[in-house]
Amino acid sequence: MLALFYIFIAVAVGVSFWQITRVMNLRNVIANDSDNNKQGKIALGFMVFLYAMMIYCLLAMNVLMLPESSSIEGEHDDRLFNITFILIGIVQFIMQFLIFYFTYKYRGRKDQKALFFADSHKLELIWTVIPAITIVLLIGYGLWQWNDVMYVGDDENPIVIEVYSQQFRWDARYAGADNELGLGNVNFIDINKQNTMGVDMTDPKSQDDKQVTELYLPKGKKVLFKFRSQDVLHSAYMPHFRAQMNCVPGMVTQFAFTPKYTTEEMRKNQEVIDKTKGINKIRQAKGEDPYVFDYLLLCNKICGASHYNMQMKITVVEEEDYKKWLGEQKTLAQVIK
Amino acid sequence: MSAEHHHHKETFVTKYIFSTDHKMISKQFLITGMFMGIIGVFMSMLFRLQLAWPEKSFSIIEAFLGSHQQTDGVMNPDTYLALVTIHGTIMVFFVLTAGLSGTFSNLLIPLQIGARDMASGFLNMVSYWLFFISSAVMVISLFVEAGPASAGWTIYPPLSALKQAIPGSGMGMTLWLVSMAIFIASSLIGSLNYIVTVLNLRTKGMKMTRLPLTMWAFFVTAIIGVISFPVLLSAALLLIFDRSFGTSFYLSDIFIGGEVLHYQGGSPVLFEHLFWFLGHPEVYIILLPALGISSEVISTNSRKPIFGYRAMIGSILGIAFLSTIVWGHHMFVSGMNPFLGSVFTFTTVLIAIPSAVKAFNYVTTLWKGNLQLNPAMLFSIGLVSTFVTGGLTGLVLGDSALDIAIHDTYFVVAHFHLVMGVSALFGMFAGVYHWYPKMYGRMMNKVMGYWHFWLTIIAAYGVFFPMHFIGLAGLPRRYYTNTNFPMFDDLADINVFITVMAIMGGVAQLIFLANFFISMYRGPKASQNPWKSNTLEWTTPVEHIHGNWPGKIPEVHRWAYDYSKTDENGNYVHGQDFVLQTTPLKDGEEPS
Repeated sequence: MLALFYIFIAVAVGVSFWQITRVMNLRNVIANDSDNNKQGKIALGFMVFLYAMMIYCLLAMNVLMLPESSSIEGEHDDRLFNITFILIGIVQFIMQFLIFYFTYKYRGRKDQKALFFADSHKLELIWTVIPAITIVLLIGYGLWQWNDVMYVGDDENPIVIEVYSQQFRWDARYAGADNELGLGNVNFIDINKQNTMGVDMTDPKSQDDKQVTELYLPKGKKVLFKFRSQDVLHSAYMPHFRAQMNCVPGMVTQFAFTPKYTTEEMRKNQEVIDKTKGINKIRQAKGEDPYVFDYLLLCNKICGASHYNMQMKITVVEEEDYKKWLGEQKTLAQVIK
Repeated sequence: MSAEHHHHKETFVTKYIFSTDHKMISKQFLITGMFMGIIGVFMSMLFRLQLAWPEKSFSIIEAFLGSHQQTDGVMNPDTYLALVTIHGTIMVFFVLTAGLSGTFSNLLIPLQIGARDMASGFLNMVSYWLFFISSAVMVISLFVEAGPASAGWTIYPPLSALKQAIPGSGMGMTLWLVSMAIFIASSLIGSLNYIVTVLNLRTKGMKMTRLPLTMWAFFVTAIIGVISFPVLLSAALLLIFDRSFGTSFYLSDIFIGGEVLHYQGGSPVLFEHLFWFLGHPEVYIILLPALGISSEVISTNSRKPIFGYRAMIGSILGIAFLSTIVWGHHMFVSGMNPFLGSVFTFTTVLIAIPSAVKAFNYVTTLWKGNLQLNPAMLFSIGLVSTFVTGGLTGLVLGDSALDIAIHDTYFVVAHFHLVMGVSALFGMFAGVYHWYPKMYGRMMNKVMGYWHFWLTIIAAYGVFFPMHFIGLAGLPRRYYTNTNFPMFDDLADINVFITVMAIMGGVAQLIFLANFFISMYRGPKASQNPWKSNTLEWTTPVEHIHGNWPGKIPEVHRWAYDYSKTDENGNYVHGQDFVLQTTPLKDGEEPS
């Protein structure tokens, strides 16, 4: 690959110098019929290149994509994405064809007359109304999905978990037996007492809260995340669950979803198996340990020098395993003296 | 006022430096913009090296970055962020706003509407020199000790407000803000001048409905600029207050460096609103002039009227109006009220309609034309192609429900680079190739133009098409490296391919630079109307004179697009396939 890189540079530099030396005796500056003919054909050639690349990317890179949504709410997201993608794919293939085919077909010739065609209300009406209708349908589905994801009903009774961000790490706090988080504010931070998340320990709701460095989620139960940041903007990005929300200092933001597959189940998902195989082939060649699939939470808002290394593991387990794990964690009352 | 009145003795200083002539000012904008463009593109080459071969030593990095910015040829993580920040800032504002609008609005507005100069030549000069100062400050900020601004071109606080958060938020950020404040002043003065000139100085017969689409595009662009740039200025001023005078507009409840800061009650979301109130219209401030240029170039070189002239004006106005009410689509996951997200999704996706109309109209203009495939024409066709490719993915990102999963990934980077970066750059190149004879009185070389175009479009697609897919794999943007995530290991090859393509694209620009500067001295002398165009600028003498036309300003009798106008028998009405706007209607000829 490196050699290719240098070859490209050499070719491009060579070409430019070759051209510079030619420019001196080239007086011909306006496209004539032979230029039009040549460039029209190159345009057609470029169209072939473009189609080859688009098709190659669509087929060969499919395995690299994120696997199917691991949250129940994300299912519609995937469906809407597929619909939109097929739609824009069709338009893209048609439009690029028209652009470059017309460039080729109507390349200028001395004996050719252009058609004086300045207006057609019928045509313009067609390509205003058809996109408008399509778009309204897309928006309709999109907005329905948006409202479904963003609003959490009171009756859904989700598990409340706080995700806490700082340069450059994530922590999490489970709401405990009362399922209510105790008050948090940066003024309560006391590193010496291990109160790193700034929890108000005089608040009765705080006592049973549990602070952890990794997320465990039960399969099939709705989880409501509350996000806080202590310094700059961060963004909690959980791509497998189609979930993302900024963490904003001075306010609490939220996002909710229901995990659909446990980590173990996901590792047996065909898409994940294929992707993991590809990754491990590369890792093996470099002599690195094999990769095993895990859900991740990544930082996705530029937050400083180590932005690129701010992650937290998420493990989805069956509900009884989740309860067992949570029972083993210490409450804040036990940790913060 | 007669042209003779303007003939007075010029010194080197009044002709080349403090010139009030719009043609000279446009060249000043172009050269400054190109200089900034070289810096911006070069920076992207450097950080592409890091992305393709993470933490590998490169002598070029060692050569160009300071000792505190790289270690043994490997750039530091905060230098990476500084490079992407300044790359974005330079390309968006200095190249594609000032370089594009500044150059072509200045050159073309007086020439195409039939005016002796801008409404205020003096303010025009001030506008350029403010731009120059702002560019100089931005360049100086690259050399301050802790590095230039590094909080991303969107400079979201608190990262941009606290130097404890990232070193670039110290002196570098201060200079960034100063530079941008001056830049905004320059842009506002320029825009006001453009608006006033278009409204008041049109020659006799040049009705608004006879203006070439370039004029409509520049005119509407100036209006959007006047509406939105002041908001960025106020956002920057409030940020300066937060940084230097202890106010809390954007900051609240911050614990950093082991202490609680005093800020109370502000919100970064406010900054995001103010920033994107400019930031989104800015996309169209960049794009509309490019679309205007390509409308003109495509029509001229197709030897056909632009299809749907009034629909094109309508879509320019529609895009302009909608562009001011869609800024929230950058903030779907910012924590703002989800209801706002619904509203912004609706307005955002509506923009697809006027955009689609434009794209279809371009294609229809090509249909049954007699295409003269000059380099300018190829770049305009390329613009339509990248505008469609990049624009379509906007339907994915503009839909808030879909945006959640791919917000701030490389999918976004691919989308906006194609739709506003590459497209606008292609528009700018088309403009340079097309109006070079008007600027320098000489012609650019076409063979080099062809090489430039094909290498650039292959590189552009090679860089940005695969980039969609690494975004769909979930890779966030602005990562120094993704080697800490095994789940992205399989994207390494694509990153190498993208970098190779990017370097090819960068090197291809050397052909353009060579062509540009060699033609300035050695290009063949231009004829008065080399492209057989209809518009007024081609009725001026090749040699630049103050006041543009010797004698009276010509009167306009028709619209700008009477190409290949034929009578019932299929003969050209005026004996040739173009009719200058100054040509009166023949007896019995219907106005188009």
